[in-house]
Amino acid sequence: MRTLAGVEDEEKWLAEGIAGIQHNAFFMHRALDANNLREVLKYSALMLSELRTSKLSPQKYYDLYMRVFDQLRQLEIFFKDESRHGLPVVDLYELVQHAGNILPRMYLLCTVGSVYIKSKQAPSKDVLKDLVEMCRGVQHPIRGLFLRSYLAQVSRDKLPEIGSDYEGDANTVLDAVEFVLQNFTEMNKLWVRMQHQGPGTVREKQEKERNELRDLVGKNLHVLGQIEGVDLEMYKETVLPRVLEQVVNCKDELAQYYLMECIIQVFPDEYHLQTLETLLAACTQLMPTVDTKIVLTQLMDRLSNYAASSLDVLHEFLQVEAFAKLSNAIGKVIDTQLEMPIGGAMTLFVSLLTFTLRVHPDRLDYVDQVLGACVVKLSSVPKLEDARAMKQVVALLSAPLEKYNDIVTALTLSNYPRVMEHLDDGTNKVMAMLIIQSIMKNDSCISTADKVEVLFELIKGLIKDLEGTDTEELDEEDFQEEQNSLARLIHMLDNEDPEEMLKIICVVRKHLMTGGPRRLPFTVPPLVFSALRLVRQLDSQGGDITGEDDDPATPRKIFQILNQTIEVLSSVPCPELALRLYLQCAEAASDCDLEPVAYEFFTQAFILYEEEIADSKAQVTAIHLIVGTLQRINVFGVENRDTLTHKATGYSARLLKKPDQCRAVYACSHLFWVDDLDGIKDGERVLLCLRRALRIANAAQQMANATRGNSGPVTLFVEILNKYIYFFEKGNPHITPSDIQSLVELINTEMQSDNGNTTIHSDPFFTSTLRFIRYQKQKGGLMGDKYDLIKL
Amino acid sequence: MNYLLGAFKPACNISVTFTDGKNRKQVPIKKDNGQTVMNPLFQSQETIAGKVCIEPYQGKKVEHNGVKVELLGQIEMYFDRGNFYDFTSLVRELDVPGEIYERKTYPFEFPSVEMPYETYNGVNVRLRYVLKVTVTRGYAGSIVEYQDFVVRNYAPLPPINNSIKMEVGIEDCLHIEFEYNKSKYHLKDVILGKIYFLLVRIKIKNMDLEIRRRESTGAGANTHVETETLAKFELMDGAPVRGESIPVRLFLTPYDLTPTHKNINNKFSVKYYLNLVLVDEEDRRYFKQQEITLYRLKEETSS
Repeated sequence: MRTLAGVEDEEKWLAEGIAGIQHNAFFMHRALDANNLREVLKYSALMLSELRTSKLSPQKYYDLYMRVFDQLRQLEIFFKDESRHGLPVVDLYELVQHAGNILPRMYLLCTVGSVYIKSKQAPSKDVLKDLVEMCRGVQHPIRGLFLRSYLAQVSRDKLPEIGSDYEGDANTVLDAVEFVLQNFTEMNKLWVRMQHQGPGTVREKQEKERNELRDLVGKNLHVLGQIEGVDLEMYKETVLPRVLEQVVNCKDELAQYYLMECIIQVFPDEYHLQTLETLLAACTQLMPTVDTKIVLTQLMDRLSNYAASSLDVLHEFLQVEAFAKLSNAIGKVIDTQLEMPIGGAMTLFVSLLTFTLRVHPDRLDYVDQVLGACVVKLSSVPKLEDARAMKQVVALLSAPLEKYNDIVTALTLSNYPRVMEHLDDGTNKVMAMLIIQSIMKNDSCISTADKVEVLFELIKGLIKDLEGTDTEELDEEDFQEEQNSLARLIHMLDNEDPEEMLKIICVVRKHLMTGGPRRLPFTVPPLVFSALRLVRQLDSQGGDITGEDDDPATPRKIFQILNQTIEVLSSVPCPELALRLYLQCAEAASDCDLEPVAYEFFTQAFILYEEEIADSKAQVTAIHLIVGTLQRINVFGVENRDTLTHKATGYSARLLKKPDQCRAVYACSHLFWVDDLDGIKDGERVLLCLRRALRIANAAQQMANATRGNSGPVTLFVEILNKYIYFFEKGNPHITPSDIQSLVELINTEMQSDNGNTTIHSDPFFTSTLRFIRYQKQKGGLMGDKYDLIKL
Repeated sequence: MNYLLGAFKPACNISVTFTDGKNRKQVPIKKDNGQTVMNPLFQSQETIAGKVCIEPYQGKKVEHNGVKVELLGQIEMYFDRGNFYDFTSLVRELDVPGEIYERKTYPFEFPSVEMPYETYNGVNVRLRYVLKVTVTRGYAGSIVEYQDFVVRNYAPLPPINNSIKMEVGIEDCLHIEFEYNKSKYHLKDVILGKIYFLLVRIKIKNMDLEIRRRESTGAGANTHVETETLAKFELMDGAPVRGESIPVRLFLTPYDLTPTHKNINNKFSVKYYLNLVLVDEEDRRYFKQQEITLYRLKEETSS
């Protein structure tokens, strides 16, 4: 009836109830003032009768209850004072039981009972037992719950617990426990029963109302948790079995969930640990709809925190084989609760793993075992699509990384990659990124080929396109970010032992080669540089003899690998990058005194230049790179060098734009003049180059004149002038002061002929060049003498 | 009676006093007019002694043919008004015929009077003990004065006092088992018991324990039966489930009970029943009645 009524009606009923209470409380107070026991009992019973209503929701009923509760405090004070009512408390205890209605009778009895215990005229356990037994008369759930919670409240400070006034003689803490347990059992029964009352249509509302009342029931467990003197033995033998029996037998989802939660929260950690088996057994017996995973998760979280709290407790965990028990229980729960979503199972595994990591950080096999169980579970479902489950798996996989701060540990977990296989591609990448970030953060170095193999297996989501991935969808920025991380990762793979390092490189190469054209430009360079580092290492160790192995790590061998690697890159196509890498390799080969190898690399570079690099701007850059590298390499014999320099100069002169030609050609001049002790110093060919550059500059000037009407700036000339000065300084005998002088004049002429407006923007580069010459002249000394010959 | 007689302005005032009247326990008795008066309490085999005092009004003299005091035990049926049945009648002659001029006191004594029945005030029947003083006069009618007193008899503890235990129910609907700790209770006793619910398929609202008194008067075809509910005591609030057991603890003190009377002089009987009543949400009542025997136990403390 109540549930069908409107809210206004309820408000009305509440107001009526409150009015009734106030009215009777008024007369009760008058009687209290007059010390008239009969009247007091009469009006207090009338007041309490207001609590007999069935019309109110738990919340409103609570309001009523609290008002009555306040009044009952006054009454208790009156009862306590025998001089006011003139009856011994034992008679009073009988007298209040004359009330005809049970609810007022029981409230009064509890109130007097509390006074009775306090008076110590009867053993507290007897009074408590009587009260809790008599309360059975109230079977209405809401009224019963409130009555019993009143009983719990008034008796709270009168339990015969250890250290209390009421303990001793025949009253033991066991009696206190027994009392609370019984009250708890009865309250829970009432609470569970609520759901069976009223029509099914208001189920939802009922559940809500029940939820509002749950703390009344849970309060008992709190009291149990606080009773002084409940030692482990008693908890194990009495408290827990009784509570669990009630929880399991009530077969109610809401109650089981809430009470398990309570149990876990209110009792001390070490008790949980010592009774783990019992507790877990109960978990597996809960209703299938109960969210056991949250319960278990909370339990494990508590235990984990407990383990983390102090090192001393760890041996307890070992003693009770906490891990095995938890692991078993989780397995059972997952097996029995078929409708539990996969995400739930994963949550459980995450908790178990967290627990394991905290409690048994040294037991990698446990971690692996958890992951193994997880794999089994994941394999049983077709495909992981639930986003939450995915998140949990990521959490599962991240946990060991965070704990050990070291991917190397995780790599030894055989089930780790198997779990990862069950992730979808997106998540797989996220996970891979996490792994890489972990490595970066901890600066951990992966030092064996096997580990590298495993690692790359883990992060293969980044390394190659997985089947069925739509590459179009990928965000370009994300992709670059991923690949950059991967590139950074390659530098973390290191081993002092060259042979192992070579193996690592081979493994990495094997994996990277599968990456496809979009990835290779990111991944090959770090691989190449990593290999080159190895080469330098070998070189500095002096030679390539590292063992009698069939497969020694020799620079030559590495270069072979590199050659093949870069070749792949050139076909991607990414010729500019390949060219750079070739040049790098060539330089490294040169440092190792491997002329043929270096030559080969150059050849490759030139072939690329010829065949693949068509863009003129790229060509310019390439030429400058080639020239720069070639200039530094000193391993070539005359013949090889001639061939290469010839080729280089040839390409330079064939560039499309005149200024580019000009610049390339004067750059080539350096090929003939290496400023080393034993470097080539072919002054004549230097001059030839510079003259040729001048010619080209001239031609460029004229071309500009013809097409645009002015010859433009004289920058090219100034640049060539600088080259002249450089070689002049370096002591090239073929560069004479007069050459420089005439070039300066030429530039001056060019500038003047270049219309009238040149005065305004006289070339700053030229000006500073002139200033440099003057400065050198003034400085005197050997160089000054040399410069003196130049007349400006 | 005294009051009524006073209206006729009798020539004298008669009063009866008991020897130990000051110390004897007084108990309240409800009179016909609803007033409660206190009367002295006796039990069987007691000697009833006292004084009768006759005091003529202002110098009047009372001529009489004799003064006597009678001890009567009467049963009065209300449907048969005015018709008393005396089951006990004892007489003491106090004075020979003569004249009384001034206040005169006569002691009397009925030694060890057999008073087997208790005073009882029921719905249809009354049992009373009375001292009747008669001043017999020839012409003006006799002057009569009554003095009620109460008799209560005490019983020893019954040697056999079994508990009442029974399983009752309605098939597939409600099965309960109840147990009361005794079948015989003294008037200040406590009924202890338990109601055990074996099967509950109805929605019970509450459960009460009632104490009912059945007073039957007359005999044969003229038997009148009157049932009163003297106590209604709520045992349970709300609907129990199977397996629940509800405690019973009912103190008899607050209720106005008498001992069970069985066939008092073939005139009437008073029986007591415990009636267990269950009320469902549609206010249907399910009940089971059990007779209990009430007796009066001698109180150890005050007389």
